[in-house]
Formats: sequence, structure tokens, C-alpha cells
Amino acid sequence: MKRTFFFMVIALAFCVPAFAQYSDWNQIPIPPLPAFKPQQPKRIELPNGMIIFLQEDHELPLIDGVARIRGGSISEPASKVGLVDLYGEVWRTGGTKTQTGDQLDDYLESRAAKVETGGGADSTTAAWSCLKADFDDVFKVFVDLLRNPEFRPDKLELAQANAFDTVSRRNDDMGGISAREALKLAYGPDNPYARIPEYATIASVTRQDLIDWHKKYVQPNNIILGINGDFDSAAMEAKLRQAFASWSKGPAAPKANVPFKTAKPGYYLIPKDDVNQSAIRMVDLGTLRNSPDYYAIEVFNEAFAGGFSSRLFSDIRTKRGLAYSVGGGIGTGFDRPGVTRLVMGTKSQSTVEAIQALYEDVDNLSKTPIDDVEIKKAKDGILNSFIFNFDTPDKVLRERMAYEFYGYPADFLERYRAGVEKVTKEDVARVAAKYLHKDKFAILVVGNTKEFDKPISSLGPVSEIDITIPPPPGEKAGAEAPPANPQ
Amino acid sequence: MTRRTLFVFCIIPILLLSCAFAQDLASFEKRITVKKLPNGLTVIVCERPEAPVFSFYTFVDAGSAQDPYAKTGLAHMFEHMAFKGTDKIGTTDYPAEKAALAKVETAYAAYIAERDKTVGQDTQKLTQLEKTWKDAITEADKYVKPNEFGKIVEQEGGEGMNASTFEDKTVYFYSFPSNRLELWAYLESSRFIHPVMREFYKERNVVIEERRMRVDSNPIGRLVEQFVTAAFQAHQYHRPGIGWISDLNSFSATDASNFFDRYYVPSNMVLAVVGDVKAQTTIPLLEKYFGQLPTKAVPDDRTTVEPPQNSERRVVMQDRAQPLYLEGYHRPSYLDKDDAVYDAIADLMSNGRTSRLYRTLVRDKKIAADSAGFSGMPGVKYPHLFAFYAFPLPGHTPQEMAEGIHSEIEKLKSTDVTDEELKMIKTRAKAGLIRGLGTNEGLATQLATYQAMYGDWRELFKSVDRIDEVSKADIRRVANQTFVTNNRTVGVIETKAPAKQVAPAQGGAQ
Repeated sequence: MKRTFFFMVIALAFCVPAFAQYSDWNQIPIPPLPAFKPQQPKRIELPNGMIIFLQEDHELPLIDGVARIRGGSISEPASKVGLVDLYGEVWRTGGTKTQTGDQLDDYLESRAAKVETGGGADSTTAAWSCLKADFDDVFKVFVDLLRNPEFRPDKLELAQANAFDTVSRRNDDMGGISAREALKLAYGPDNPYARIPEYATIASVTRQDLIDWHKKYVQPNNIILGINGDFDSAAMEAKLRQAFASWSKGPAAPKANVPFKTAKPGYYLIPKDDVNQSAIRMVDLGTLRNSPDYYAIEVFNEAFAGGFSSRLFSDIRTKRGLAYSVGGGIGTGFDRPGVTRLVMGTKSQSTVEAIQALYEDVDNLSKTPIDDVEIKKAKDGILNSFIFNFDTPDKVLRERMAYEFYGYPADFLERYRAGVEKVTKEDVARVAAKYLHKDKFAILVVGNTKEFDKPISSLGPVSEIDITIPPPPGEKAGAEAPPANPQ
Repeated sequence: MTRRTLFVFCIIPILLLSCAFAQDLASFEKRITVKKLPNGLTVIVCERPEAPVFSFYTFVDAGSAQDPYAKTGLAHMFEHMAFKGTDKIGTTDYPAEKAALAKVETAYAAYIAERDKTVGQDTQKLTQLEKTWKDAITEADKYVKPNEFGKIVEQEGGEGMNASTFEDKTVYFYSFPSNRLELWAYLESSRFIHPVMREFYKERNVVIEERRMRVDSNPIGRLVEQFVTAAFQAHQYHRPGIGWISDLNSFSATDASNFFDRYYVPSNMVLAVVGDVKAQTTIPLLEKYFGQLPTKAVPDDRTTVEPPQNSERRVVMQDRAQPLYLEGYHRPSYLDKDDAVYDAIADLMSNGRTSRLYRTLVRDKKIAADSAGFSGMPGVKYPHLFAFYAFPLPGHTPQEMAEGIHSEIEKLKSTDVTDEELKMIKTRAKAGLIRGLGTNEGLATQLATYQAMYGDWRELFKSVDRIDEVSKADIRRVANQTFVTNNRTVGVIETKAPAKQVAPAQGGAQ
């Protein structure tokens, strides 16, 4: 009997399914997510003003670092647009006082290590990636580049030739044209975030410009340095303090004064007759992330245009089959207004139909405001995936560096979560009404006008944008165009 | 094939020497569990409890190369349909919807039969048949809950949900918080147990827009399509994965269903789950959900073998876009014993500022903005191309690119690479591997891919050993046998300003 009982218990244990069977997805239980406190990087401020973040991560035997330095292309003179791009390239390729860039290439590549520099809109960067064992070798190169760059003229020439090439190719791809020209409409053609290099501005950049830029901006008090990887923070801190001890504070990077001047609402057209799809962008000026509207905007964007189940995707792509890519939302930026935009690509023959469909979706926001179900879906989506903002030490480091750079609170992410949780239906309706107006959009269409379903002018007055590339200095305009065939 | 991918913006990973590496393999051995389910599906679980999240990667060993005749683009089309839900997700009343969808198919078959008649097409009948078909779609759409599958994933916190169709494979992936493991197992298994071809014809239009964006309206897309289709004449690689427009306008939901039945076979699929999961509880969960995938016969996967190319082929596209030079040479599949030699050649020629093509064409001759060589065009599973490209600087021609690349190829054939170069290649190969191990997404991708392609995830680590064995003589031998004129296909964009349009209403004469 006893044995039988034992047998039965065992048998039962095997018979009872290990899991319940669920016929419906929403019956599946979701246990609470284990508590997770991401490791925060250690913040250090050196006496010379350099800010350092150290984030230990011992999973792989690697050490990576990046210095973000205040000052970028928004601060370059209008006559020398492209200077910071060239600077970002030649800073590294031009080598240091003691080693040419080519020598650095050999030295680093034999260790499968990288040290790279680059230019951006509001900052430049110098970064490395190396094996832990090679850290001292590689870090020496990094510091040498920060302190003693040489900007050798042959590498400036090489970078300029490449920059010319980029200019020459910029009208080949309609996606690139659309993004570039729409930004000019949103911010103004001369706005430093939107303007683009030309042959002449690239040609005017000299080695002295690069040297001067470096002297002006690469000062310890303009640098935020983040290091991630397999090291001991105390030992690393000691090393860094020693490496930068002799570097004294310099003048602070001047703040760029950036005017924003959005184009007049209306239609803007760039004809391109070698395509069968139109790139449509409706743009307007957005707002800042420290705006009290920010959290409602985030929820609105998620519901309106964030992913498969958003209104725009469901209507334009799924229901109407008008586009492969469609998206947009109210734009926000850390220290400048973002670009509010609706973006899609559709076949030439449905260009006007697509514009009207986007209008309908904007109109529907007031006719059928985003409802509680959509709000819940959007908030759940943001909050349930929130963990992916900080699931690796590297992401936590990058977030902290961004907040430091833009003067946002270190706990911005926590505030974000709390802010999103509080958003109501009314908040979402309010920001939609405040920031999305179809009458305020500058609407850019790049496409094959001959194939359009209706001319854009059937919607309203159209301004054509000329994207002809100004020729290099000394070459005459239109030299490349052969004479028209009289037949 | 974007420009400048290899250089400035990409900080390349680094790695240890072999001994330390072996330890890594040992540590992965402890964290990885592989199981082949009775239906043939292979599952891999890798424990990486860094944060309460996990990523998965579903690898299906079928891609565009498996598209049936006159149905190019079908593998990709099915991939889109795998987001449309199941018999339980995305519908308000499945039995009614199923009947309505069947009517759509009947009506569509009748419509295209008439549409495609070459003789005796009845236009009135055609209009009627088209209307019947479209009405049937409207009827079926009544039961649709749009995008419910994606909505669930997004609302529950899914991150990075997407899929890709390649010539050789179709893959599906995203990440979830770890408390959604069972929900994920339900969702991911059910889309392959009971996919429903709802909203098929609207989604087909979406795919056609994708073709317009990637190929028709993009000069490089246009050239690459012509180049690849010219390089292959016999093997399936001669057809574009995105699909020819007439096929896209013709294939049906029934075709997509048939494709799924034939190729989404559990024994052709590998599933990797990586993150804060325990093998002990995850494997039974995978068995419970994915064990329900019905066992199917492995499809006959024989293909026409591309015969040796015996004459150079050239594709010259006159276009207003700036010039580009591209050339490709047939090479064997990834399973060939020389695969690692090709990898070594690609690294030597292309990787970073020490690469031979950068140093000669970009740095010294100053004729190109960028140049590189790489394998895998358009896939790797079958014999494919080792391709080179160069973007000429303004004032330089594609012909100069060809000459520059050929002189580097000749050097490869006639002179041994240096000790330093060989060492660099090997060090970088080890480096290239380790960075892929630092994220759940990267690990899931690599483990599933190597398990599917080699039958053992450990090949991920062993691939480094194969590169380590490459000799100078191997590089010369492989270069000499591969890079020969008759084995070459060339693709060129020659820039030509558009002829000025003559205003139509001027002369009157046609």
C-alpha cells in the first residue's frame, strides 16, 4: 500500500502538466519583474574642471572610453561650414606631434584597438576601444591626441577631397534630399543645425582653423569623459588624475546663439524624375525636453506614431497600404526645439492622396481624440519597456553623460517614468492641439511630378526648391550639363 | 552596402589571445543549453542574468532563394505576414474570417486568371472580377483587429521587434522584460503554429512600396539589382529577394501559405533565448509551446548549381547619380574549406585605415572616397560572390577604380602578405568575435546563426581558429583561383546628365 501510494504520487507528479495550458494570450500570468537597480557610474570632477564618469563592467576584458567636448558645427562660421567635420576627421588622421596618423593606425590596429575622433553639431568626440591589457598603450595615444594633435596638411587635403565627394553625391538619394531640405524648412536655411557644407566652404578651411578650433574648445573644463569596462575604479581614478594633473583650466566654450526660423507654411516641391516614389515630410518647430509638456508629448507620440499599433502606422500602412515607412511625432530636444514631423514614402501615383491621408489623421486627433484605451496602450508600452533604457552599464553611462552635458538632473530617467505615469487623456489632447497644426506645416515633397495623381498645386500654392549644387570656386555653373539635344 | 561603414564611425571590437578565449568558450559551455525537440526544432538557452530582460532570435533556414518560380519576393512577403496575427490574435471571429478569407482567394484566382489572359481577355468581365475580389477583401476586413500582434508585443514592453528576410534565411527577433517569458513563448510559437494571411493584398502594396524605396528610387539599389541578377544565370541568386514587380503584383495569400507550409519546418528552425532566464525552467516552457509546431518533412532543397563563368559580364548603368564601380567573382559557399581564407582577404583588403584598398586608392592615389572587398553577395549558403567596390572622387572614373582594384588583386596573387598583416588579421578576427558576446541581442543572433549554419553554436568560437590557420600561401592560392577575368561581373554607374526635356506642345510632330 505504501509503495502504491508512493508510486501514485510520483505518477501524478509526472502527469500533471508542469504548466497550465492557456488558450488565450491574456490569460498568461505576468509575475512582477525582479527589482533591478542599475549600477550608476562614479562621477568625478577634477580640479581642472574635467568631469569623469567611471562605469565598471567586468563581463568582457575590454575598456572603452569617450570624451565629449563642448562646441560643434553650430559654432563654426557660416563661411566655413564643414570645418568641424574636417576637424573631427583630421584630428585623428593628422596624428600627433610625435606620430603621424598612419603610424597610429599601424600601432593601434596591431592591437585591434581603435582611437577615433569626430565632429558633431554641439560637441566633438574622441574615443577609444581596447583590450584591457592594452589600456596603457592605447590611453597614451588618446591623451596625446587630446594634448598634442598635429593636423598634418596632407590629411586635411584628403579629408577635403572626401568632403567634396560627399557634396557631389548629396542629390543622388531622395531620402537624403528629403531629410536635409526638410530640416532647413523647419529650422531655417541658415540655421546652424540645418545648413550644409558647400565646395567653397570646405575649400576655405585651413590647417590653422583646425589648430585654432582645438585650442579654443579642447580644454579640460569643456570635457566630459566616460569610461566603461573591466577596470577598478579607484585605480583608474588615480591614473586619470595623474594623466590630467598638468592640464590646467582654459576658457569655457562659448555658447552658440542659434536662431530658429521656420519656413512659411505651405507646399515645397523638389522634382526628381528618376524615382517612382515620393518622399513626403511635413515639418514644424517642436519643443524642449525640459518643457512641462514633455511627458504628455511622449505618450502622444507613442499613441500617434510609435510602432505597429500606432494610429499613423495602422492607418497609412496597414489600412491604406500607402507606405512602407511612415512615422513622425512632436519633436523634442535637450537644448533646442525638436522638429515636429510626419514622414512617409508613397508611390508617385498616390502622392496627393497620401498628403490628404496624413491630413485626415491629424484632423482625426480633434474629431476622435486619442482615447483611454490608446493612452493605456501607449503608457504601458513606455513603462513596460522602460527597463531597456538602463539594462546595460553602457546605456546607463551614456544617459548620465547626456544629462551632464545638457545640464539635466541625474535622475531625469526616474522623473521621466513618474511623469509618464501621471499623463492623462486631457494632457495628450492638449499637446496634440498645441503642437500639431496642419495649417502650420511646411510640406516638402520630393518626387517624380509627371507621375503624381494630381499636381501638388491642386492643394495650394507651391514653392519649388532648387537643389542644384553650387559649383566649386573657379568652375562655372552648369558646366557639367551637356547642351540640350535639339531633337 | 553603405559608404564609409568600415572606417571612421565604427569602433571595432577587441579581443584576447587564444588561451583566454578558450576560457570564454568554457564559460559559455556552462551557461548554454541546447535541445532538439521531438518535432525537430532546436532551442538554445543562454543564461546571462545581467538585467531582468531577455532577447530571442528565431532563425528559419529558408529565404528568398527558396522563392518559387514566378513568385519572387514571396519569402519576404511571408515575413511581413508573420506580424498579422493568428487564429486567436487579430480577429474578432476567426471561423467567419476564415471563410471570408477563403472567398478572397477564390475571387483573386478568378481575377488574375482573366487579368493574365494573353488572348481573349474580357475587360468587362475583368472589371467585375476585380470588384468581386475587392468586395471579398472588404468583407474579410470586417473581422480584423488591426495589428493586434504588434500591439500586444509593444504594450507588454517588447523592444526592437522586427524581422529580416535574406536570400538564405528569414529571422525574427525582439527583447522583452524577463517576466514576459511565457507570454513571449506563446506569441512566438503561435505565429508559426497558426499564421493567418489576413490583409494580404494591402500588405503586398506595402512591400511594393518597400521595393520602390530600396531599389527603384535608389541608384545604388538599381545597380546592385542588375549586377547580381547578371552575375548569376542558373542559380536562384539570379532573382532579387525583394521580388520583380510583376510577381509582386501576382502572387496570392494561398501562395504565401504554401510557402510557409513547405519551408517553416521545425527541423529547419533554430531558436535562441538569451538573458535573465534559467535553462531549467525555460526549456520545459519552450517544449510546451514550441513543441506544438507540427512535424513536417524537410523540403527538397536541391538547387541548380551555377556553372563556372567563362566570360566577363558587364552591367553599365548610365544614370544621373555619381559614379560607382562594383565587381564580383564567384566563390564557393560558406562551408567551403577556404571560407576563412576569403575572410582573411576581406579583412586585409577592407578593414580600416590600414587596409590595402584604403591605403592605395584612398590615401595614396587619392582617386576614391572609399573602397572595400567582401564576401556574401547576395548570400553565403550557396556559391556566391566576393565583391569589390570603389566610389570615385570627383574627376575620377570607374575605370580608374577598376585598375586600382586590379593592381591590388595582382599584388595579392603574386606576393605574400607580410607577417605583420597576417598577425593583424588574426588578432582582429578574435576581436571581432568578442564584442558580439556583450549583449543579449548579439548573443542570440550569433548562437542561433551558428547553430543553424553549422549544426553547433561552438563554431562561433572555432571560426577564429580557422582564421588562425590561414597561411600566406592560402591567400595567394585562393586569390589566384578566384580573381580571374572570366569569373568576373562588373557593375558601373556612369554619370550622365539628363537630356533637357523638350516641351511637348512645341512642334506637334511625334
